[in-house]
Amino acid sequence: MQTQNVPTEGLQGIVGKEHVREASAEDAVDGVEPSLVVEPGTIEETSEVMKLASREGLAVSVRGGGTKMGLGNPPRRVDLILSTARMDSMIEHVPGDQIVRVQAGLQLQDLQDNLAESDQMLGVDPPEEGATVGGIVAANSSGPRRLRYGTIRDLIIGVKVVLADGTVAKAGGKVVKNVAGYDLSKLFTGSLGTLGVIAEANFRLHPIRETARTVFLEVDEHAKIANAVQELTHSSFSQFVLDALEMRWEGDRGVIAALFEGIEPAVEAQSSTAVEVLRSHGETHILGEDDGGEFWERFARRPWDAGDVGLKIGAPPSDLTAVLDSVVGAADRAGVGASLSGHAGTGVTFAGLSGGEEGLVEVVGEVREIRLRRGGSVVVQEAPLAIKEKLDVWGSAGDYLGLTRRVKEKFDPGYTMNPGRFLGGI
Amino acid sequence: MDRGQLIETMQEILGPEGVIHKREELRTYECDGLMNYRVIPDLVVLPESAEQVQQIVKTCYDEGIPFVARGSGTGLSGGALPVESGVLIVLTRLRRILEVDIPNGRVVVEPGVINVWVSQEVADEGYYYAPDPASQIVSSIGGNLAENSGGVHCLKYGFTTNHVMGAEVVLPDGSVVHIGGGKSPDAPGYELLGAFVGSEGTLGIATKITLRVLRQPEDVRTLLAAFKDTEEAGGAVSGIIGGGIVPAAIEMMDALTIEAVERQVSPGFPEAGAILIVELDGPEAEVESQFDQVIKVCEDNDASEIRIAEDDEERALFWKGRKAAFGAMGSISNDYYVQDGVVPRTELGAVLKKIADLSEEYGLRVANVFHAGDGNLHPLVLYDNDTPGEADKAEELAGEIVFACLEHGGSLTGEHGIGRDKMKYMPQMFTADDMDVMQLLRCAFDPHRICNPGKIFPTPRLCGERPGPFHMHPVQKAGLAENF
Repeated sequence: MQTQNVPTEGLQGIVGKEHVREASAEDAVDGVEPSLVVEPGTIEETSEVMKLASREGLAVSVRGGGTKMGLGNPPRRVDLILSTARMDSMIEHVPGDQIVRVQAGLQLQDLQDNLAESDQMLGVDPPEEGATVGGIVAANSSGPRRLRYGTIRDLIIGVKVVLADGTVAKAGGKVVKNVAGYDLSKLFTGSLGTLGVIAEANFRLHPIRETARTVFLEVDEHAKIANAVQELTHSSFSQFVLDALEMRWEGDRGVIAALFEGIEPAVEAQSSTAVEVLRSHGETHILGEDDGGEFWERFARRPWDAGDVGLKIGAPPSDLTAVLDSVVGAADRAGVGASLSGHAGTGVTFAGLSGGEEGLVEVVGEVREIRLRRGGSVVVQEAPLAIKEKLDVWGSAGDYLGLTRRVKEKFDPGYTMNPGRFLGGI
Repeated sequence: MDRGQLIETMQEILGPEGVIHKREELRTYECDGLMNYRVIPDLVVLPESAEQVQQIVKTCYDEGIPFVARGSGTGLSGGALPVESGVLIVLTRLRRILEVDIPNGRVVVEPGVINVWVSQEVADEGYYYAPDPASQIVSSIGGNLAENSGGVHCLKYGFTTNHVMGAEVVLPDGSVVHIGGGKSPDAPGYELLGAFVGSEGTLGIATKITLRVLRQPEDVRTLLAAFKDTEEAGGAVSGIIGGGIVPAAIEMMDALTIEAVERQVSPGFPEAGAILIVELDGPEAEVESQFDQVIKVCEDNDASEIRIAEDDEERALFWKGRKAAFGAMGSISNDYYVQDGVVPRTELGAVLKKIADLSEEYGLRVANVFHAGDGNLHPLVLYDNDTPGEADKAEELAGEIVFACLEHGGSLTGEHGIGRDKMKYMPQMFTADDMDVMQLLRCAFDPHRICNPGKIFPTPRLCGERPGPFHMHPVQKAGLAENF
């Protein structure tokens, strides 16, 4: 790691003395320790910080709630952590327009609490506690309800960003329907702080639904999960009827759960129909709103703990049996423990792997090789540094890597933003 | 390469039938759905495969010749307006539906496939393609992708960008990339697909497109409600949305539009100051309960008449009236200018009032038909081209209307695009920095600015390349150096 002479005084001059502090070991990003943590309070300050960082050749990592700091390849360098913690207000909420404008550092939970007063919500539900809105956009985090509402890229309608050179630019607006100019809100979604700082974002909102029912089913074979999922998604439960369709697999048993939200007579009818549909697959259960809430809190958790390897597998939903077979099979052969969960309705599977280093790397390799043949991707979302050093967390990029690099080099030619962390070492 | 050589090269790629170069034949392609702008291209080419598109683009790149892609040519912002001394690539022969994958809810099509064909293809399986622009019986999926088309049902189901899951794209340098996961979700890397959809043909040409199809809703119910004026109808819209209902569609027409539609297609609409068409779809129990709620809101807002579509036939009649609105203006005016602006829903009343004032001030009639649920207005400015100066006056009035939309926190365009038509207004909505940063994306995709140049941005940004038309250095051309 290169060390850089960090201009502490210059930064203090921009954001105030109390908002610049020396970094500690806890601020390290995959073992790389930054020198300083800076907390700008406004877009203007953010812009000045970026100008100074670019001028001085500092590498900058943006941090929101810090819940996704483990995502990505180990950075080539981090000199400054730019924290959005102080930029945490809801700027504008117009209930009648069902839109909200927020600063990036606002925590999702605070936003949801605020919106709930108007019976509205932002339709994302990633499981990480303490995640900020900006972090969710940057990491493209999602949860079970993506089946109905899509991911954050489907809900974001405008963005204000600060580029590495300090340029402040906006795209989109605060109306849901808008095709003026390029949709940079989507480009910045999932960009993991490598294109610029997401300073503000605008979203479309949805009404909070009156009540909910959860239907779940226990099974003992991978194929039974896939069959039940296929049957549910191709009955009268289109993507806009079911709110979530999730699965978990641990040991030798699995559970499939479907969430229905809406008005009482509707969820009552839908959950009864779902039970009919699922009955032939195994024992089914129905939960009301309160029991369902507790159930989902456990069910939506990622299937890994600190120190494990966590994979996110994207595959065609009809290929779910093969996904489960490939992970469990490879883990068994390598003597590695595996538990799985996932958004079965949309084809996202999470795998938590625990065991010896060598075995873990082997399993990732094997699962990737199968996915490469059958279509899809395998991203290592969480892993100890020792494992990250042995593999690329993003896997092989497609034929769009060259284009990806050109995009990066136009927005951040000096590789100031989170260097090394993204796809292809960007 | 002179024009003769270019024609020859293109004929080698496409055969003689695939190249149009006679001036009188080229005239067919001089404009798209926006007829105020006309440019005769140097050459029109009609590829039949993705490989041919790639060869055409590669030739253009090597020779520094600008090109424009065109689908069915129904666009209303001049997005497919040809460039002089450029090649127009018409994609209407790429019209195969390549794959239907019901288990994954995906259909893979070529760009020339007509929007409505997709729903027809999967209807027997109980599926449909949600985005439904009014032009859907003629407009192509490639064009829909370029414009990020909306439609009457996008309030609930989203726009084209929410239903395009992957694309094979020929980049302006002739290389091919596959962006978006297609059948698999969450492909790693930047959201290039999200940035590409709606880029109005300025970043490349999609040659294969993976679409999401949805299960047909269990139940659909539609009503038509008549009101004294747009203000009362607007009150009903707020009441419905404010009640937590997300209708599949909610459309408004004012008195002038109703008059025109009656003359043209006679749907038998009631005489009224404003009409709302509200459609709910989804599970039967939900639709039934919410439909009663909608009826009550309409009554509370003094609806003079509420008609409920008794069957598919009557529903189709309601929609026929709505979808005929633009074309029907011909029955009450010689000429008309279609505007497309967006305002936050809560500002609808104020902006409609402003439009009425402007109409009076300019002495030109303005008919209003719009997607009320998402605040997307389509004011139709009526004028007579034979009256000197009136066309200019109409355009000016249409401009004032979008400025009013911006003043109230809205957008220059909700679904028709900026294209050639609204470039001049972009600085009213975006700062120079905003537009410069957007064009960084352009520079990454199309550094030599040969892909649909002269659209969207009033001031093209240089990409760190030499200014002026692009000519490849001989050394680079010979493959001796990559960048010179």
